[in-house]
Amino acid sequence: MAAATKTKTRFGVVIFPGSNCDTDAWHAIHDRAGAPVDYIWHQETDVSGFDCVILPGGFSYGDYLRTGAVARFSPVMKAVAKFADRGRLVLGICNGFQILCEAGMVPGAMMRNAGQKFVCKYVHIRVETTDTPFTRAMKKGQVLRIPIAHGQGNYYCDGATLAELKRSDQIVFRYCTPDGEITAEANPNGALDNIAGICNPGRNVMGMMPHPERSSDPILGSADGRLVWESLIGGAR
Amino acid sequence: MAVEARLWRELGLSDAEFERIVSTIGREPTPTELAMFSVEWSEHCGYPRSRPLLGLFPKEGKYASRVQGEDAGGIEVAPNLTVLFKMESHNHPSQVEPFQGAATGVGGIIRDIFTMGARPIAVLDPLRFGELDQPRARYLLKGVVSGISFYGNCLGVPTVGGELRFEDAYRGNCLVNVMALGVVESDKIATSKAIGVGNPVIIVGNSTGRDGIGGASILASHEFGEGEEKRPTVQIGDPFTEKCLIEACLEALKTGAIVGMKDMGAAGITCTTCEMSAAGGHGMDVELQKVPRREPGMEPWEMMMSESQERMLIVAQKGREDEVLGIFSKWGLNAVVFGVVTDDGMLRVRDNGQVVAELEAEALASPPTYDLPYEEPAYYREAQSADLSKLPMPGDMTAVLRDLLASPNVASAEWVYQQYDHMVQTNTVVAPGGDAAVLQLKGYRQGIAVTTDGNGRYCYLDPYLGAQLVLAEATRNLVCVGAEPAGVTDCLNFGNPEKPDRFWQFRRCVEGLADACRFFRLPVVSGNVSFYNETSDAAVYPTPVLGVVGVLDDVNKHCTSGFERVGDAILLLGETRDDLGGTEYLKRHHKAVTGRPPALDLQAEKNVQAACLEAIRAGLAASAHDCSDGGLAVALAECCIHGGIGADVSLPASESALRLDARLFGESPSRIVLSAAPGNVERIREIASTQGAPVQVLGTVGGDRLSLSAEGKSVAALGVAEMERIWRSAIKELVEQ
Amino acid sequence: MARARVIITLKKTIMDAQGQTIENALHNLGYAGVSALRMGKYVEMDLNGASKAEMEKQLDEMCRQLLANPIIEDFRFEIEG
Repeated sequence: MAAATKTKTRFGVVIFPGSNCDTDAWHAIHDRAGAPVDYIWHQETDVSGFDCVILPGGFSYGDYLRTGAVARFSPVMKAVAKFADRGRLVLGICNGFQILCEAGMVPGAMMRNAGQKFVCKYVHIRVETTDTPFTRAMKKGQVLRIPIAHGQGNYYCDGATLAELKRSDQIVFRYCTPDGEITAEANPNGALDNIAGICNPGRNVMGMMPHPERSSDPILGSADGRLVWESLIGGAR
Repeated sequence: MAVEARLWRELGLSDAEFERIVSTIGREPTPTELAMFSVEWSEHCGYPRSRPLLGLFPKEGKYASRVQGEDAGGIEVAPNLTVLFKMESHNHPSQVEPFQGAATGVGGIIRDIFTMGARPIAVLDPLRFGELDQPRARYLLKGVVSGISFYGNCLGVPTVGGELRFEDAYRGNCLVNVMALGVVESDKIATSKAIGVGNPVIIVGNSTGRDGIGGASILASHEFGEGEEKRPTVQIGDPFTEKCLIEACLEALKTGAIVGMKDMGAAGITCTTCEMSAAGGHGMDVELQKVPRREPGMEPWEMMMSESQERMLIVAQKGREDEVLGIFSKWGLNAVVFGVVTDDGMLRVRDNGQVVAELEAEALASPPTYDLPYEEPAYYREAQSADLSKLPMPGDMTAVLRDLLASPNVASAEWVYQQYDHMVQTNTVVAPGGDAAVLQLKGYRQGIAVTTDGNGRYCYLDPYLGAQLVLAEATRNLVCVGAEPAGVTDCLNFGNPEKPDRFWQFRRCVEGLADACRFFRLPVVSGNVSFYNETSDAAVYPTPVLGVVGVLDDVNKHCTSGFERVGDAILLLGETRDDLGGTEYLKRHHKAVTGRPPALDLQAEKNVQAACLEAIRAGLAASAHDCSDGGLAVALAECCIHGGIGADVSLPASESALRLDARLFGESPSRIVLSAAPGNVERIREIASTQGAPVQVLGTVGGDRLSLSAEGKSVAALGVAEMERIWRSAIKELVEQ
Repeated sequence: MARARVIITLKKTIMDAQGQTIENALHNLGYAGVSALRMGKYVEMDLNGASKAEMEKQLDEMCRQLLANPIIEDFRFEIEG
């Protein structure tokens, strides 16, 4: 058996034309979490050198046609799908979540915010399950203060899908009050059932609308997002 | 073939200018050359009417500054690190089409930043509209904010500040000014010079269409037939292309293969080719048929005048073209070599082999300047002698305060800035809603702060003093977050300069500003002038909007405006006087815009700012907030709202001879409200004394109400929750009615 | 060469907030007779194909793959010429 030194999780951040939050994710992982991280250009066809691939926030392809609709056909996405099929980790943040939905890697679709406007502000989200590699450093029911910034975060899926998500414990985060209550008032965009983040049945792919990379440094207002990196760094596969 | 007079006149050139063109080039110009002169010598390209006065601004200050012609300028904030910044206006397009007008305004100013090799890091949007009870003002506000949100968010540049002002004077002409900042290593700042004979000239970005040509259709060699589309007067922004341009240009600059770069704003190809040539002391020979175009059959003059967005001009090193082209191709952008740098100082434009323009670049880039006549207007003398001592005193000061908190010029602008991504790039330490935004510079101890200000009402009543008050307020905002003011950019919005009273306003504002900048040792590193903001109705208030950048020696030592703890002492740095002229209170409660704006003592302002900054740097201040619109009462209310906690305040006894409304709502400058742990009060007093700033303890933080008293009697009291509700929802309620 | 036109709308089961907002705005302008307003997307293109049936098949695939998101959108199209 090898010695007990753990190799740190190797992160890769995909850059699509129009991605904005790639550098933010890189800095959060490199500066704040101290883990190895590289960029992956969207034309790459092999991502096997990584343990966790991040699809960052932004406006890939300008959000033209539908957000994430064009990015999902980028060459790298074939590799990311294969990567996920083999059980490796994929985290989609904001636009990344939208791309995962369009690619069918998580169920459902993202629509325009119910208020019809882009919203940038801090929200509270409740941890619904810690049975994922992305949340295992958290506690079930824990309330995190993390910012959102999106115009299309209104998550939708049909009744059967929602029932399945609940049954399989696939809802990871929900918008809530600072005290952890799920209310309409705490829902910033009309998302079904206050859903802020979900995972796939295999629990190795997660999409979340709030930005953990924006809340990894206390000087910016909140460091709650660090718990995502800490969960992921807990052990390489 | 003689050029008809109506041709140059329709293009906006005077008879004298036409004669000057003929004598400069020694012959009559071709249609294409005429078009090129008309745009290069226009007010928004050549600044013929404002250039002489702009020379008054100082270019040096305490921090090393970089000023580069009409491009963005900057200041060095850390060893080998420069922050470049500039503000621009897009007033007229926004009045016509608010969404695209504002969106393309953001696009244009951002290009000015990355064309110098700087990564754009922030945008601020000072906006001015007519009163919100007018449907048109609401329509413009919604459109402009959506447009800025659309463009800025897509680019991934955070919009971290700005202003929202509403005055009837802006009813027919909204003011949409946008400021952008970028960071670059000082020794890597790119220039816009065309040098090196034989070097390739490359156009990159979006294809060229008929955008912005509008009134120049006089030059069309054919009439528009039935059903033929008119040329679009509104430019459409494409932020996705611009985002790719930012990445491609910065990547290309890193290769070292780029000699010079310039963004295409007003007058696109004409402006960039001629100015790059003139700046480099060289010439260019370009072929228009190689330029990617959006529509077939475009004539040479259309290509030269087009204002299609998201295009750049690049001069690269001969032999390294493919390196540069490859990078643009990677990002999915057009990049075409369409010319070459020459050594004869001539700008030669060919179309399919035929020379359509051949001009000395230097001559084209040198419009005449004009010293326009000016005259002090009658309204000024009237306002200056207005007697406010007989103003009726309101009986219910609580009601006045409640009403002021709901005034759109005072209320929270949250409805606006929550539509802007103000956190992207993870540098925003102090977000919109405070006195100034604070940004960290990753890898550096230093941070920067930035704010915009531009009280047009003051400038209307007294242009010289008003402009100085604007600078005083902006710099005061910066010290309140713990930053030392370091550099200024300006966006001067005025009416028709050919009217002597409007030009008098312009002169006096520029003089006031120049004198104040010199006093505070602040360089004006860049700027923009927007004239003709008037309709038959009226002209806008003379509105010199300033963007001021400050430096925090240690970004961790920043300060915000909310009260923090029960028991903290509340102090006032500075002194209140009977200053009601031009105030928000006078306008809102007494429906009057008159009087002299508050008197300003530059030395007193400097002393108060120095005391505040020293207290913050020493870690003695729990909060800091300056007094501006609505005076002391509103400033205290805002400190309570931001802190979620009340206060018990007694107005200083030394003020007992002043009018009560002036003590509460007057807008005397050079005043800052601090809060501090009781144990720190003594040291703050010492600091104030050393700096020569008056200081008084006003009261204590605590409770759930703001209670104001004078000479032992209560004069106003409001619950914090109620104040917050009014202040936070006012704009939303007005806009969405 | 034929001209194809595609119309994409949100599924009827999904709340069309944009459509609702536009309908309200029209009502405010005095057009009381407007109801059931839906907002959608319109795409037109030139299409080259062996036969009309072939082009319809291709267009259908294009809609399912890219132009519409079948989870939340419906589409219909017509081909001329």
